[in-house]
Amino acid sequence: MSDPFFPVLVLFAFAAVVVLALLFIAQTVGPKRMTAVKADPFESGNPPQGDARIRFPVHFYLVAMLFLIFDLEVVFLYPWAVSFRRLGVFGLVEMGIFLLIVVIGFIYAWKKGALDLD
Amino acid sequence: MTTNLLRWIPLLPLAAAVLNVFFGGRWGKRFAGILASAAVFGSFLIALRVFMLLSPDAVLRDTLYTWIESEPFKAQVSFQADALTAVMLLVITGIGFLIHLYSTGYMAHDEGEARFFAYLNLFVFFMSVLVLADNLLLFFVGWEGVGLCSFLLIGFWYEDPANTTAGNKAFIVNRIGDFAFLLGMLLLFWEMNRLGVPSLDFAALKDAAARIAPDTAVLITLLFFIGATGKSAQIPLYVWLPDAMAGPTPVSALIHAATMVTAGVYLTARLNFLFVLAPYTLSLIAIIGAATALFAGTIAVAQNDIKRVLAYSTVSQLGYMFLAAGVGAFSAAVFHLFTHAFFKACLFLGAGSVIHAMGGEQDMRKMGGLRRRLPATYWTYLIAGLALAGIPPTAGFFSKDRILLEAYASPHGSLALWLVGWITAGLTAFYMFRQLFLVFHGTSRAPESVQAHVHESPAAMTIPLIVLALGSIAAGWLALPSRDVWDPWLQAVLGRSNPAEHGEAVNETLLVALTVGIALVGIAAAYFLYGRERRVREDGPLWGTLAQKYYIDELYDFLFVRPFTAAANWLARAFDPGIIDGAVNGVAGLVRGISASGRRLQSGNVQHYLFAFLIGTILIFVYWLRR
Amino acid sequence: MAADYVALLPAAQMLVAAIVVLVLDLFTPADEKGVLVWTSLAGLALSAWVALRFRGAEGAFGNTLLLDGFAVFFILVFAVVAALTILMSVQYVRESGIREGEFYVLILLSAVGMIIMASANDLILFFIGLETMSIAVYVLAGMWRSRAESAESAMKYFLIGAFATGFFLYGIALIYGATGSTHLDRIAEALGGPQAALLLTAGVFLVLVGLAFKVAAAPFHFWVPDVYDGAPTPVTAFMAVAVKAAAFAGWARIFLHQWEPLRDEWTPAVKALAILTMTLGNVLAVTQSSVKRMLAYSSIAHAGYLMIALVAGGEVGAQALLFYVVSYAAMTLGAFAVVAALKADDREGAAYADFAGLGYRKPFLAMAMSLFMLSLAGFPPLAGFTGKFYLFRAAVAAGHTDLAVIGVLNSLVSVFYYLRVILMMYMQEGGVEAKSFRGAPYLYAAVGFTAVATVYLGILPTGALYASLGAIASLR
Repeated sequence: MSDPFFPVLVLFAFAAVVVLALLFIAQTVGPKRMTAVKADPFESGNPPQGDARIRFPVHFYLVAMLFLIFDLEVVFLYPWAVSFRRLGVFGLVEMGIFLLIVVIGFIYAWKKGALDLD
Repeated sequence: MTTNLLRWIPLLPLAAAVLNVFFGGRWGKRFAGILASAAVFGSFLIALRVFMLLSPDAVLRDTLYTWIESEPFKAQVSFQADALTAVMLLVITGIGFLIHLYSTGYMAHDEGEARFFAYLNLFVFFMSVLVLADNLLLFFVGWEGVGLCSFLLIGFWYEDPANTTAGNKAFIVNRIGDFAFLLGMLLLFWEMNRLGVPSLDFAALKDAAARIAPDTAVLITLLFFIGATGKSAQIPLYVWLPDAMAGPTPVSALIHAATMVTAGVYLTARLNFLFVLAPYTLSLIAIIGAATALFAGTIAVAQNDIKRVLAYSTVSQLGYMFLAAGVGAFSAAVFHLFTHAFFKACLFLGAGSVIHAMGGEQDMRKMGGLRRRLPATYWTYLIAGLALAGIPPTAGFFSKDRILLEAYASPHGSLALWLVGWITAGLTAFYMFRQLFLVFHGTSRAPESVQAHVHESPAAMTIPLIVLALGSIAAGWLALPSRDVWDPWLQAVLGRSNPAEHGEAVNETLLVALTVGIALVGIAAAYFLYGRERRVREDGPLWGTLAQKYYIDELYDFLFVRPFTAAANWLARAFDPGIIDGAVNGVAGLVRGISASGRRLQSGNVQHYLFAFLIGTILIFVYWLRR
Repeated sequence: MAADYVALLPAAQMLVAAIVVLVLDLFTPADEKGVLVWTSLAGLALSAWVALRFRGAEGAFGNTLLLDGFAVFFILVFAVVAALTILMSVQYVRESGIREGEFYVLILLSAVGMIIMASANDLILFFIGLETMSIAVYVLAGMWRSRAESAESAMKYFLIGAFATGFFLYGIALIYGATGSTHLDRIAEALGGPQAALLLTAGVFLVLVGLAFKVAAAPFHFWVPDVYDGAPTPVTAFMAVAVKAAAFAGWARIFLHQWEPLRDEWTPAVKALAILTMTLGNVLAVTQSSVKRMLAYSSIAHAGYLMIALVAGGEVGAQALLFYVVSYAAMTLGAFAVVAALKADDREGAAYADFAGLGYRKPFLAMAMSLFMLSLAGFPPLAGFTGKFYLFRAAVAAGHTDLAVIGVLNSLVSVFYYLRVILMMYMQEGGVEAKSFRGAPYLYAAVGFTAVATVYLGILPTGALYASLGAIASLR
């Protein structure tokens, strides 16, 4: 058992066992009281059935996506801020380039009207 | 000896072809033909000059540049002209020029004149590259190029679907031959590599030939010969040539009688040093050649289309050439190639003149009595016909006689080969004069409306006929028994073959007498059966079989064409769910069949693709590990 | 520190060009978009020049990004291919209502990814390049938004591409597990020492599958006909040529060069893939009724031919590979450009029937198309013939004569469907009207350039061959 990957195998096996065990327990021990709402497939809050051609505010998705992008940008800023002194001028310039690209993206989105909410 | 003359022989027609493609339509109709003819005439003059410069054992070289180079292999765009090349060049450019000239008259009423002459020039370009090439690779360029031009010209009148079908057939059959040729080239290169001479130059091949392993030589030459049967229409790949007559008649004369179809003969002559290493291949060539000669000759007897008779006759005559090559008499083969080019071109052009006069009619049963209406055509046709039949003192007599002599007396020859050739000689005379009598003698069987328009062709068409007819007589005199200039000229390239020296003693006079005798018998038979108004009834099972060409086309269709089409269709259905919309057809069924065991599939193709992806991954991984 | 960036310059400069075009697009009125074309072309030219100028520069970021002759060779190929793609799309994009600016930007961005792929000497970096390229191309495939097939194409490409990406990434992980590095130099060193054999084999295999997907090798080719058929024609050309070339660049650097010691491991599998790919591609192409779809299968078949070079290996094989990539690029781009020229306002003119009679209406286009078809079929003396000659020769020299024979047999089959196009153009009446020269000078420039290149590479291949050889030599 000198293989360094043996623990990984153990992990895989453990994960499989846990999943199967939980499913088994839920199936046998749990009470079954079905309601219409419970029987519905879960689709992150959207009604799972109905006409696919419904009208929905597309801007909601657009804004969500833009939020995601600029939110992640901030995530990148944190590690840089933490080790700001160690990275020095190099880090500053790198971050400047990064922010520049993001800002250009922002201008692009603005100009294309992605931020107009009406 | 180096010179930069050689390059201009192919380049002139190429330049004319390019000009005609881009500007031909704009410069007026006549101009395209004049430009094309002038270019080929220029090539002819240069070829003449080259011929003057040469002596039998000299080689002229003209290197343009290095085409492919990867150490240690090197292929150059380099031309060479030796005695054999010079002969071929004179035929290609000389007869080519006459046919161009003829075409200016023949195609005068056709809309696609510029396109026609561009193709024709392109053909002359590729053909001269083929004979000038100093290595097999460049030779292959010409080989493929002439095939392409032939394909384009057969389908020239594309409005008729039969023509395009004929073009396709020619192309597909030729590809089979080309595949063998490529394999032969690959094998030859592999062998040369083994010998430490990684080269495909003819000179290097000749030097190394003696060291090639005998078994390998047999295989290589066999593959090359299969290539030659495709291009030169021999059994079993001859089927495309008769259909190729769908193209304009000058094309039939130039490409499918005088030049391109002889490329296979040229190949065996050029590589004669390889072929003599493989006696097995040689005897096969002789047998195939003799069989083709007889086989095609019998079919020609029963055809009613004026051009089809000539087409089968060409196949038959090419058989003679291969018969000669097969018994080691390469010089005799090339001699027949040379004389045949004259009289067959003359016959085809004459046939074109007849068709022209008859307003497009090609059925000989609807002709007759044209002798008086088309005097120039008739007399030239008669001379060329006598040459084809082998009646002295025409060119055909000398060349055919020599082949038959070699077939009997050469060390590789035999009585059986001679006998087949001899019978074919009789058949040749018979079908040729059957045609002559049907077309030119008797009374006209054409409707009145056609008869009213029968006229002799313009001078642009009759002058080439007359020149070719003169050639059909005189070309043979190069090899008079008393003063033979032919063999000494080609001796250095093709080796010497003189049956009198090393074969058994033969009574040459007797053989000649027998050959001429059977030819005369053939003519006489044709006269009695067709020469007068009393015509024989052409029916019965034998006649039917001949008229239907032994049903070979139907056989090939059944054996090859249908199974291939069916296989392609089946593959298309079995392997590509993408072709067929939805999941209805058999294919998706296959994918579903496999997948049903593991998964329940929703309909929709992406799942299928991903599943195939996964299965493929697993299969290849298993293959990898198991190996 | 400063030297670190030199090797990055071509990619960085391409990125800058993309951003410039993006911003410029915002401020140009709709009728002056021509300036975007010229800016893009200038950006591509500048990248090519930078690559040539700094060829042989020190590797960046601990030698994970190289600018050796090999990378420069491919950068030039990508730049030219991208430029031709832009030229052939100008008219097409305007007619189909595709957003012009974004279209060029995405082409440039995917070129950034390709440059990184050709320069990467580290599996992770290679992966970043691969994804940069792929994501841009996914979007490009769906750019013709009013056409359902285009959306379908993008969706399928994305889904299956993501699937394949998973394989590739998993392969990298396994290799990291086996050798302790993703740096190709380190991996090559580790190959000499003791190793976890099965883990490494599995990793190498999965990387192979990821690349085989990108070049559309069978049995990972099922997406190709649908995706190529649905995407806008210039994008199809770009996918068939540039994406494939980038994947082969990676394949050559990783497998032929760095993993040379593992040759005996992966050769049989690649050989099997090569045979399967060219046979399936050629046989299925025979029954197509659309030229665009036929070209899709043809590109599958050509991936098979190119894999012959991988099997042959060595300097000869690598040289054949690079030369064939260039030849293939010229003839395939040209063929797609002609298909693009036949696009009518609202539909693709890509069926065989659309080519009928083109020889009389547009002699130039028809002649160029004939050249491309003949070259693809391997007729001498065109680029396709010289390229195939080298491929088969390399195979024979490496002792894989069977592969060469199968290749020759396949190119025999291919003649049937390539010639059908010529047949349609010259021997049928009808068809659709092609664009006139007056309306589409860019498109005609692309067709003319590729036609000249097809003939040139066939008649005078020496220059490109020496360039290939130099690129190979710089790997050592």
